Amino acid sequence: MAEFRLPRNSRIKKGKHFGAANGAANVRRFAVYRYDPGTGDNPRLDTYEVDLDSCGPMVLDALIKIKNEIDPTLTFRRSCREGICGSCAMNIDGGNTLACTRSIESVKGDVKIYPLPHLPVVKDLVGDLTNFYAQYASIKPWLQSRTPPPPDQERLQSKEDQELIDEPAACILCACCSTSCPSYWWNSDRYLGPAALLAAYRWLVDSRDDATGERLDELEDPFRLYRCHTIMNCTQTCPKDLNPAKAIAETKKMLAERKY
Amino acid sequence: MSNYDRPLSPHISIYRWPITMALSILHRISGIGLSVGFIVLVAWLFDAASGPDAYAVFMSVMDTLIGKLLLVAWSFAFFYHLSNGARHLLWDTGRGLEKSQANLSSWLVLIATVALTAAFWWLAS
Repeated sequence: MAEFRLPRNSRIKKGKHFGAANGAANVRRFAVYRYDPGTGDNPRLDTYEVDLDSCGPMVLDALIKIKNEIDPTLTFRRSCREGICGSCAMNIDGGNTLACTRSIESVKGDVKIYPLPHLPVVKDLVGDLTNFYAQYASIKPWLQSRTPPPPDQERLQSKEDQELIDEPAACILCACCSTSCPSYWWNSDRYLGPAALLAAYRWLVDSRDDATGERLDELEDPFRLYRCHTIMNCTQTCPKDLNPAKAIAETKKMLAERKY
Repeated sequence: MSNYDRPLSPHISIYRWPITMALSILHRISGIGLSVGFIVLVAWLFDAASGPDAYAVFMSVMDTLIGKLLLVAWSFAFFYHLSNGARHLLWDTGRGLEKSQANLSSWLVLIATVALTAAFWWLAS
């Protein structure tokens, strides 16, 4: 159910302020969500002043600089720093995106950084994605074939068939889309969310997959699929410019069309 | 540590609303408003059937400033729900779901709603 207020233990308190070093000319302020599971205190918003003259261009560069030079207790996930691993997904300036591909310059005013929305917080900017991954596993993201492959070659696809899965297969499972979706905020226990549904679509349209019927059966549910109300936050926020909203609409169409 | 003890990360209080999100919740709000408005519509018909005295009471209530504002709000809700409903029908055919198209159609829906509401009251007065 929709609960608009945060639980009592989740309300954000004022945090510490870390001023810039003397002589820093090009200072930018970063407001970062902090939560320390060791203390049991409520989350807080710490502010850090960062000298951009000695910092890389991306928000992730600033976070790494903060951790290295100002406050080593700051915790966040990151790996590839080029938008392909999906680790550094977080809420920056009100939108979910990857810290490594979002430039500091593109944010007006203070740079506000929160974990991905409506997740249990493990520490600071690290949200618990257990449910998200379980939902991905539930759509059986692997090829299910009933027919044997040709004896002398792989299961070939036409160029057109391959292009159908090109885009949905480019999803990096960063969870930006699912955690941007109000339907997912209120119903993530039963609604699969845009990321898992985009993945489901990727297998529905795969010409080599023989389980289309079973896959559609699994999705035909008032919650799993039909909690999507085309709010479009998923497509608006996807850092890879993919379109889960359209994939979901196409899935609904497949379900409507197979009835007749 | 169980998830039960963990804080929930902030959501609606920190999210920057894309226009499609605003129009989506407006669709639901206008739908609820229209449901309430239908009770008034039934009251209007009921009073009209009950005779001139009852009808005069209804009309005097709706002739107040608040009554008129409610009527304008209901007509706005009706034309918004209609225009956005048409957009949902288009979406259900798999069309208009690219980001740029959805943002453009959001503005078109708003413009259509204002225009239809204005035309309605211009014709009614």
